[in-house]
Amino acid sequence: MGNLLARSAENMFWLGRYLERVENLARIVEITETFARDYSERNWLSVVQINADEKRFFEKYQCADAPSVVRFYLLDAENFTSVPASLQAAHQNARALRPVISIEMWEQVNVMRNHWREVAETDLAPPSLPRLCRKLREECQVNEGIVEGSLSHDETWHYYRLGKTLERADQITRLLDIKYHLLLPNVAAVGSALDASQWNALLRAAAGYQAFRRIYQGRMTPAAVAGFLIFSDSFPRSVSLCVRQMAWLLTQLRSRYRLSGGDAAEEKLDKIRAVLGDLTIEEVIAGGLHEFLDWLQGQFIALAADIREGFFVQCGDD
Amino acid sequence: MAEGGLLAGYDSGAFFCELTSRRGGNGHEIATILSRLGAFDFTDLSRRSAEAERELYNLGITFTVYSERDSIDRILPFDVIPRIITAPEWKELEQGVIQRVQAINLFLDDLYHDRKILKDKLIPAELVLGNSNYRPEMEGLDVACGTYAHVSGIDLIRDQEGQFRVLEDNARTPSGVSYVVENRTLMMRTFPDLMADLKIRAVDDYGIRLHAAMAEIAPADHGDPQVVLLSPGIYNSAFFEHVFLAREMGVPLVEGRDLVVDDDKVFMRTTGGLERVHTIYRRLNDDFIDPEVFRPDSMLGVKGLMRAYRAGNVTLANAVGTGVADDKAVYAYMPRIIKYYLDQEPILPNVETRICREPEGLSYTLDHLDELVVKPVGESGGYGLLIGPKSTREEIEEFRSKLRHDPGNYISQPMIGLSVAPTLTGSGVAPRHVDLRPFAVTGKSTWVLPGGLTRVALKEGSIVVNSSQGGGSKDSWVLGG
Repeated sequence: MGNLLARSAENMFWLGRYLERVENLARIVEITETFARDYSERNWLSVVQINADEKRFFEKYQCADAPSVVRFYLLDAENFTSVPASLQAAHQNARALRPVISIEMWEQVNVMRNHWREVAETDLAPPSLPRLCRKLREECQVNEGIVEGSLSHDETWHYYRLGKTLERADQITRLLDIKYHLLLPNVAAVGSALDASQWNALLRAAAGYQAFRRIYQGRMTPAAVAGFLIFSDSFPRSVSLCVRQMAWLLTQLRSRYRLSGGDAAEEKLDKIRAVLGDLTIEEVIAGGLHEFLDWLQGQFIALAADIREGFFVQCGDD
Repeated sequence: MAEGGLLAGYDSGAFFCELTSRRGGNGHEIATILSRLGAFDFTDLSRRSAEAERELYNLGITFTVYSERDSIDRILPFDVIPRIITAPEWKELEQGVIQRVQAINLFLDDLYHDRKILKDKLIPAELVLGNSNYRPEMEGLDVACGTYAHVSGIDLIRDQEGQFRVLEDNARTPSGVSYVVENRTLMMRTFPDLMADLKIRAVDDYGIRLHAAMAEIAPADHGDPQVVLLSPGIYNSAFFEHVFLAREMGVPLVEGRDLVVDDDKVFMRTTGGLERVHTIYRRLNDDFIDPEVFRPDSMLGVKGLMRAYRAGNVTLANAVGTGVADDKAVYAYMPRIIKYYLDQEPILPNVETRICREPEGLSYTLDHLDELVVKPVGESGGYGLLIGPKSTREEIEEFRSKLRHDPGNYISQPMIGLSVAPTLTGSGVAPRHVDLRPFAVTGKSTWVLPGGLTRVALKEGSIVVNSSQGGGSKDSWVLGG
């Protein structure tokens, strides 16, 4: 089908973003619950920090303990960064996209949303919480699988992937930014059991534990972990790989589908790639990891605006 | 009449039964269906029924009910026992529907041009010209192929003698066709054993037929016209049907904000810029389509759409102003309208209707108030109705004075004993009242989807098939032959 509505393209982009957001949130909560209990208060607070939700969170809760944070993100539909709010938003986008996406894809989002509506306070208790998070993560992965196997890889598909990849890149910078500085005081105790397990937990939250091991074997340092999550050219959640994929997706849209929009987005991606290509993790840390990650996040926000401007907004006078 | 097993206690009483009453054609197939149904186990049937409804829910084949805080997706309850239409029955229904749709289109063309029928005084002019659904904006406009009602739904009921009768015409934006097609898909998945080897007329080419008609009526300047479906959006309770239609035709589902009119041409906003649109199947009432001409507060429509329409640069389906033909007041005149334009007797009779604006009609109605249903003909259907057999003497007398005061506002009809079909209930299979809405698609000519939407009143004894009042639907099988 040619002639993709600009509004449908935008729905597709956001469907990808929201589902990726849900998957990341599920991962972080699952890992915090499973691997980071010893450290509990600061770890649960970091979940709030990753989402930059401190202000809204503390308006509702006294302290960032496990029950409050879990409730805020898994049950509170009024919190727009929560799982129920994101699933509802994904569902709204999918609903508007029903004539465009495959029936299986719609059905799966519909069932996932309906299932989540039945989740109650009791499902958030420690024994069932990891199971619930795992199910949620897997449902997001099923969606991606259905997209790959049943949605035409036409223009439409590119917007879903763009949304997913952009959100993924953004999420990894947030996760790294907060966790790196939270865990850093323990650098002095390199080699201690606690330290390694916390860095392992960070890698697990990014689904990168195994991939990291294969490359770095025993060499576990904070710089190696940060370098892996930013610069790996093969790990699917590294910033570099996400940026490379976005550049490819944009090129496809502009060449294969002959769309004239998106030149600002393409320029921005070229710039980010150039910066990533020039730097090593040591240089980044020397210049300030937080400042670098902050710059990346700013670039991603501007990139989303460029994509919107280039493809989703079509004024009367063309 | 019914066979053993699950149907052993089934008795349709005085009503015509769509499965067990004797009629012409397909005797062998009906016997097969009866024996297969009879052999089902009640528990198994109930389980499959629950599975089918679960699937409808998961697939989002739902309408949405909004409350203040929440939205709830509801399915139209689905009854798994199909309604059977024999080959000869269908042949007559099909011809009857085509005839009716032809007459409606000729009537509308005449009304918005020469008004011969008014000059010949076959129908009172004020009934039409004073009708709120009459659109002066359509006067003198020549529409493609002379077709106004591109998609029509003719509501039929069947009386105790088994005679199909038209209850109502729907020539604006009749809905329900999505259920016809989805119900069939569901039956094929859930009851392959009931359907095996039976020749049942297919319904899955509706989208292809509809698209072909939409292409036929497109402005002539384009070989490969762009068709779109215009919906009020995801908050509309019939949004699933809009999705279904867009999907089955393979065309974009647009909202008003996706379209723009420039130089009296309609364009849609795509990722590559503005693309011309030629035919709009709109599921939006006349009132809302263009704030420049109709309701100025409409956020759902497209500014300038009527200009583009009148300039012949876009075709709207259905045409603007068809509501004047499916009005209750005009319904009473349909048999005469058919005769006037086609010089034919109606193949499908109306429910016998007396027009109280005419002296004979009024005096008969006044004499038989306790036996009749008397309906006001104004646009607000359902209100101010008298159901004689179910009313008290005081109510009847009170109504009598209202009727005398303003006879022109009323028609009267006898009570009809609606036909029934075997339906799965909590405690077995029992007769429930049904109606039928066949769908007709008209471009250059008219095609009728075999079967149509069978609505069933799930409450015992109820004749209200409406989904808001406990109605459900059934798959409708037109048998080959």
